[in-house]
Amino acid sequence: MSTTPLRLKELSKKEDLLTGGHRMCAGCGAPIAIRQVLLAAEMPVVVANATGCLEVSTTIYPYSAWKVPWIHTAFENAAATLSGVEAMYRALKKKGKIKERIKFIAFGGDGGTYDIGFQSLSGAMERGHDIVYICYDNGAYMNTGIQRSSATPLGANTTTSPAGKVIPGKLQPRKNLTKIMAAHGIPYVAQTTPAHWRDLMTKVRKALEVDGPAFINVLSSCNRGWRTPTDRAIEDCKLAVETCFWPLYEYENGKLTINQKPKEKKPVVEFLKTQGRFKHLFSPENEHLLKKAQELVDKEWEDLLREERMWKAEEGE
Amino acid sequence: MKGWKELEIGALTKAGSADEYNTGSWRAFRPVWIEENCIQCLFCWIYCPDSAITVKDGKRGEFDYMHCKGCGICAMECPGKKGKKAIVMEEEGK
Repeated sequence: MSTTPLRLKELSKKEDLLTGGHRMCAGCGAPIAIRQVLLAAEMPVVVANATGCLEVSTTIYPYSAWKVPWIHTAFENAAATLSGVEAMYRALKKKGKIKERIKFIAFGGDGGTYDIGFQSLSGAMERGHDIVYICYDNGAYMNTGIQRSSATPLGANTTTSPAGKVIPGKLQPRKNLTKIMAAHGIPYVAQTTPAHWRDLMTKVRKALEVDGPAFINVLSSCNRGWRTPTDRAIEDCKLAVETCFWPLYEYENGKLTINQKPKEKKPVVEFLKTQGRFKHLFSPENEHLLKKAQELVDKEWEDLLREERMWKAEEGE
Repeated sequence: MKGWKELEIGALTKAGSADEYNTGSWRAFRPVWIEENCIQCLFCWIYCPDSAITVKDGKRGEFDYMHCKGCGICAMECPGKKGKKAIVMEEEGK
């Protein structure tokens, strides 16, 4: 089977496997990412979906926006459910009851991935199931009304980290889940955004090609929670990459590659200032938090650069 | 009591049936396509959250107004031709 080139003209001839008419908010980043993931896949896929916006809004009874086999699981066990499906597939294949090559994709939001589904995700990766787990990270529990998660960035205003007289938004930095997944030693781990559609689709294809577990973390804008106009989903993802708040990188069998290095690294305030959830950080009394946010970004970026240099030195590149 | 193999299959809906659901009524602003400024880059198509840009043989056609929620991402991302956008947002009902 020939592979569809990653050109929009060619890709647009493929069938969209997520239809319109779903009830995700106008301007949501998640369905953009999901469409791109499904367009990238060149083989039949089975999808498990953790509880969250995506699951709720794409399958309001009696409608479904999915044109692939799709399983709703609870908040905490998308990876566990999909492990079972993949194990059954392997058994049926061994018995000769299935001939086709099928791949398995789990979708979860940051709540269902960083927090509630974390142990089942970790377990599935450790057991080595041949599945791809894709987290769409919008940085809070947006579905239930913008509660903070461990993916919420430092200083963000959420309903459970409300910025006001007592606290200046979330007090803790976000957890680096991509790195934690890389530490599982699985064959493929990557980070991307739907604004970088070719990068995202290349990574999805690599993740589907490996024999074993893969994890992709996709930054996804939520205009309700980020407090942005509805047309900003792509622009804000671009800024996240240009400021190195969300670097594009991948680990292939443990080897790090940074996929995009901004020519000029923009200050992180460029990413923060377009979003209402960070508005209070621009008051004089919260200046230290802006400084801290920059330090966090700088440290992560420098660590990545150092690690990549180490790999290059080792290979004598 | 019936065993699980005898139970009828429940709650199955047609795959992709959301396609029949109208989310176009959500729109406060309507994207308008100006074909003469369109360079057929298809950014609008790849960035649309609602699969609301029709494409045939690799070229975009009219908006699918039954599904477009009027978010404006397409207009924002449209590079247009010579500084002129091929997608502009207009207020509904005007």
